[in-house]
Amino acid sequence: MTLRTQLLAGAALAALAGQAFAEAHTMTGPNGETLAENQTFTYRVLDEFPSIDPGLIEDVEGSHIGRNLFEGLMGQDDKGDLVPAVATGYEVSDDGLTYTFTLRPEATWSNGDPVVAGDFVYAWQRAADPETASPYQWYMGLMNLANVEGVMDGSMDPSELGVEATDDQTLTVTLAEPLPYFAQMVTHTTTFPVLQSNIEEFGDDWTQPGNMIGNGAYVLSERVPQERLVMTKNENYWDAENVIIEQVTALIINDENQALTRYLAGELDQTDIPAGQFPRLEEEYPDQAVSVPNLCSYYYNVNVTDSGVEALQNVDVRRALNLAIDRDIIVDNVLAGGQRPAYTLTNWATAGFEVPSVPIAEMTQQERNAMAQELMAGAGYGTDGEPLTLEILYNTSESHQSVAVAIGQMWKQTLGIETTLANQEWQTFLEARGAKDYELARAGWCADYNEASSFLDIMQSDSGYNDSGFTNPDFDTLMFDARTAETPLPLYQEAEQIIATEVPILPIYHYATTFMLNDSIEGWPLENAQDNWYAKDLYRVAAE
Amino acid sequence: MFAYIVRRLAVAIPTLLILVVISFVLMFAAPGGPFNGERPLPPQVLANIEARYGLDQPYWKQMADYVWNVVVHFDFGPSFQYRDRTVTDIIVQGFPVTLTYGFWSFVVALVAGVSLGVAAAVRHNTWLDYLAVGISIGAQVLPNFVMAPILVLVFTLWLGWLPGGGWYGGQWEYVVLPVIALSTSYMASIARITRSSMLEVLNSGFIRTARAKGLPTWRIIWKHAMKPAFLPVLSYLGPAFVFMITGSVVIDLFFSTGGIGQFFVNSAFNRDYAVIMGITILVGALTILFNLVVDILYAWIDPKIRY
Repeated sequence: MTLRTQLLAGAALAALAGQAFAEAHTMTGPNGETLAENQTFTYRVLDEFPSIDPGLIEDVEGSHIGRNLFEGLMGQDDKGDLVPAVATGYEVSDDGLTYTFTLRPEATWSNGDPVVAGDFVYAWQRAADPETASPYQWYMGLMNLANVEGVMDGSMDPSELGVEATDDQTLTVTLAEPLPYFAQMVTHTTTFPVLQSNIEEFGDDWTQPGNMIGNGAYVLSERVPQERLVMTKNENYWDAENVIIEQVTALIINDENQALTRYLAGELDQTDIPAGQFPRLEEEYPDQAVSVPNLCSYYYNVNVTDSGVEALQNVDVRRALNLAIDRDIIVDNVLAGGQRPAYTLTNWATAGFEVPSVPIAEMTQQERNAMAQELMAGAGYGTDGEPLTLEILYNTSESHQSVAVAIGQMWKQTLGIETTLANQEWQTFLEARGAKDYELARAGWCADYNEASSFLDIMQSDSGYNDSGFTNPDFDTLMFDARTAETPLPLYQEAEQIIATEVPILPIYHYATTFMLNDSIEGWPLENAQDNWYAKDLYRVAAE
Repeated sequence: MFAYIVRRLAVAIPTLLILVVISFVLMFAAPGGPFNGERPLPPQVLANIEARYGLDQPYWKQMADYVWNVVVHFDFGPSFQYRDRTVTDIIVQGFPVTLTYGFWSFVVALVAGVSLGVAAAVRHNTWLDYLAVGISIGAQVLPNFVMAPILVLVFTLWLGWLPGGGWYGGQWEYVVLPVIALSTSYMASIARITRSSMLEVLNSGFIRTARAKGLPTWRIIWKHAMKPAFLPVLSYLGPAFVFMITGSVVIDLFFSTGGIGQFFVNSAFNRDYAVIMGITILVGALTILFNLVVDILYAWIDPKIRY
């Protein structure tokens, strides 16, 4: 049986709705709202984008730009569910190894050329090619494309990658092994098409305004480093008639308090809320202060290797430390921005994931503290045992410091354990943590795609991000099996149980994004836990 | 004089070389590297990137190649952080910005500072003196990272007169707040130095003589006292001017000007070696140049000084 996705039906409906909407669109928004005269959207970004080349984009802010200047095979709607983009849909073969994407013939580049399957083939080969030296090359590896390992290490020619253009409108992807969430992965910027002739003409400068040809709803019109980036509506975009926002401006403002002041002065439509200010702003501006879940987890790495302290190699000590953290205090009093207490690595909002009932999550804090004291006493440390001082390493930031101070206080009160704080500048911190030259270290992880493995993969023995030095063959087997399992959820839950038992990390909270959003801007995907927004779906309504 | 200038410029070259060497050593001594991300790069990719930027070479070779490219081709290399930009691009884009607001800050600081200082000295121990001293102390204790947010709060949020940031090619309304924020503490220092040296000059013998001759006060101050009183200010102005035109990271961060001050600091955090070096050399060269200019002005103002 060939599985035909329901996306095609969805696409047809969307097209119909789009047509109806286009006729009346000059005056009203998708839900009949009166539109404002001014259809611009201005938002704040923290820092200059290292790159806006889809194959090289490595940061969240760069990927927002990538999603507006380019369009991938699939997109996401306001809930993060898949919607057709350049592809109208796809078919999966029975063995789950072949994906056939059908491209819409009306999709064009901003210079008017049609977008063809070959553009995707070129982009994917380019991203995987070690010659390109993309910091996101590993993402191509995650996609399990046939021959991707060989291409990535340079032993195979990029042309042997498991992706080919059967004809201009048909892209055939061959996987090395089935990947149930593969279609989710092609919403990521690394998989977006790029135009070979454009890149060959301008080399590294192809991403400059005037040079850059994209296939997204917007084209790059201005880019002043460390100041701003401006995108204007792409009239050649296949769905341009349904794009309402005419101009999107990203202002680079390093200081978040300054950004907030400028937001309040009306210079911005959207900006992040500085740590700790959400409750105040929510009260003052209930229509503008927003808190939404964000697919990231905050935790502490515990160095379980010989380079750490002996006490932390004792699993009872680790469990006690884990139990004695009162997450509610951290979430409600220290951060106060809609975060949730974390007892698992995988974020609660992850698609298809249900937080397993790990014992610690079921207990009250009093029970946790009692159990922690018992475990710590058994291990012979703390109040009645050997004195123990642990060092918490974090990268310099006020909010990391507040969390570390709070946790240190909890451990001291409950367990009689001393903590010292060590903060390091980011690069130095990364080097120390990577070299396992630490005892406890702050860590955060954001999902690259909306699936539990995007979190759990990092705890595999051979993961480059496994800074705890945790090795557990059972865990690795579970993760390996999950890749091809029909329903991987129980395997993920079991993997979380292993983490909860072995405690190589201390999960602390699951992130929430808090930001101010001008109340005239509609269409923001508040339920998309990856915060993947597309400016083409936004619009500004007229003041009432 | 000419021989002196040539000699000073000749010394500048080894000085810059020493600066390059020290910066290189410090840079490589710092842990981490430009391509250390949170997720380590696969070895093949890392090797390719390092080869692309010559980071696979021994340190001495990297340094020698760098100096060679700068001296022979005037090429400061590509930025490691921003692949579509070279260091020259960054300087060409960012330096005019800091030069603009730095220059105006300099003018404001100089004019206001000297006026305050002279007024305070001439009306020594009167309300005017106390006011001028009060203003300059107030400006001194309000560093620009405190000034900048206050200015934005007042002029952007409350009054709505000026934009809170951006540059837009240096249109005047975007330049005003950075200039005020940057110039205040320099103005305070200039006022203090001017006041004390003016006081000293006003108490000296030749001023008493001029007074005895019956010259009007404005003439004594402008014609006779100003030049000698200005010498200590001048030696402060040289380095101050360089600091101002090469930008302030605080100003760049707060007002999103796109100036090089911010690139300088960010490049250090990102270990963007080529950008660190490029801007270090720029600042170093400007410092040497303006110290020389100050020394020449010295000779012009004070006939006793001969080189």
